[in-house]
Amino acid sequence: MLDFLDSNLIRGAVLILMILAFLTIWAWAWSRNRKEAFKEASMLPLEEDDGQVPQNDSEKERTKE
Amino acid sequence: MTYNDKVVRQFVVMTVIWGIVGMLVGVIIAAQLWLPVLNFDIPWLTYSRLRPLHTNAVIFAFGGSALIGTSFYVVQRTCHVRLFAGGLASFVFWGWQLVILAAAISLPLGWTQGKEYAELEWPIDILITVVWVAYAVVFFGTIIKRRVSHIYVANWFYAAFIITIALLHIVNNLSLPVTMTKSYEIYTGSVDAMVQWWYGHNAVGFFLTAGFLAMMYYFVPKQAEGPVYSYRLSIVHFWALIAIYMWAGPHHLHYTALPDWVQSLGMVFSLILLAPSWGGMINGVMTLSGHWHKLRTDPVLKFMIVALSFYGMSTFEGPMMSIKTVNALSHYTDWTIGHVHSGALGWVAMMTIGSLYSLMPRLMGNKVMYSVKAVDAHFWIATIGIVLYIASMWIAGVMQGLMWRAFNDDGTLTYTFIETIAATKPYYAIRLLGGLLFLAGMFIMAWNTLKTLGAGKAPEFKAAEPAIWGEHA
Repeated sequence: MLDFLDSNLIRGAVLILMILAFLTIWAWAWSRNRKEAFKEASMLPLEEDDGQVPQNDSEKERTKE
Repeated sequence: MTYNDKVVRQFVVMTVIWGIVGMLVGVIIAAQLWLPVLNFDIPWLTYSRLRPLHTNAVIFAFGGSALIGTSFYVVQRTCHVRLFAGGLASFVFWGWQLVILAAAISLPLGWTQGKEYAELEWPIDILITVVWVAYAVVFFGTIIKRRVSHIYVANWFYAAFIITIALLHIVNNLSLPVTMTKSYEIYTGSVDAMVQWWYGHNAVGFFLTAGFLAMMYYFVPKQAEGPVYSYRLSIVHFWALIAIYMWAGPHHLHYTALPDWVQSLGMVFSLILLAPSWGGMINGVMTLSGHWHKLRTDPVLKFMIVALSFYGMSTFEGPMMSIKTVNALSHYTDWTIGHVHSGALGWVAMMTIGSLYSLMPRLMGNKVMYSVKAVDAHFWIATIGIVLYIASMWIAGVMQGLMWRAFNDDGTLTYTFIETIAATKPYYAIRLLGGLLFLAGMFIMAWNTLKTLGAGKAPEFKAAEPAIWGEHA
């Protein structure tokens, strides 16, 4: 009864699933409610060892969001 | 709570030392290609035994030490927590050095599995597996006990590198031991070739790319003093890169017994790979926007931007060479060697050197190396060395490819093979000069490292306070 499940159909289905997964990741990464968290995350390498981002280099929020 | 920087310092110092050793062996075999008499008819000095020593030393000893050392630094700093299982971290250091020592002895003795970049025999392979599992436990253990809600993108790249190398190493080295120094692969024929190049190209993709992209995502923003250009691009970059790299291996086996459709598949995935590669490259380069003026005074940033430029060039060149008709000209010529070194010297080594110059002073509580002028001198010597190396190999490679495929009207070959070798000889001399310059730069780095890290007792740094934000904790 699962005769319709030939290997080519599975290949096509996997391809479509992979494309959908990729588009989902893309949509998630660009979604508005992730913006704030990503902004904070992107500051992690700039911290000194005390966990504070030094103020000396007062770059404006230049990260393209 | 303090950070565990001792193991980081150990790996950093050994990176510089293994860099010198591996590149010295490279210079020796470059000299032998120019003047074959330089092997002095001593078996363990022959090209066939020293070449795998060179590749293993620069990839796994130099590159590996840099990757493990920086990953231990980055994961602590971005997780605000001390490294998990300090004793195990020490074991990773000493175990990895033991692997390198075993390689340095066994390869000149001629013990080899005969698989490129997987030459080491089975007892060493088992040791590598044990050390690698310990490395994974330390790295992921630190991630698990992190005190920052988000896992920074550099850690994602390090994680992909650790997991994939474990998978590649185990699958490609499955073999039947005969004696302590000899084993036979369990695969045969074109399956063996396919597994080998699935391994080989993913070693490029995950050891020499993903791991060094992790360095890029931490040390370029650090040195530029500004966040990465687009964090969300880094996420799409990550998933696209690791999903596509896996399938590009067959391009190493064009026009072989490998089924034709597999070759085409490898070519298509190699072409698609241009997109995530350049996405990452652009993300790194654009991180400097607004900070370009710093290039005038900071040679460390120069290393990084040149590394990214070479990354962009070699990830354009690679897909181009994977096109079957281009590969028909380039394969088996020195063009491949030029391409590999544009990636290995231009991208991997330059990014490593830049990252270490950024990291070393911080390990001592300073901002810059002992001598910034020496960093600048190193930059120019290394850059000129790379350009000489790559340009000579490009010319030599295209020339070889054209000479090999030249036919006379009656269908006979225009050139004998030895004529193509004779024509290549001057380019081998130029390549040797390029390699010598790059090696000379490493000696400057060694002196600067000694002066910077040897300037007193390294301080202990207190771990940063927890940083939990948003509802994503």
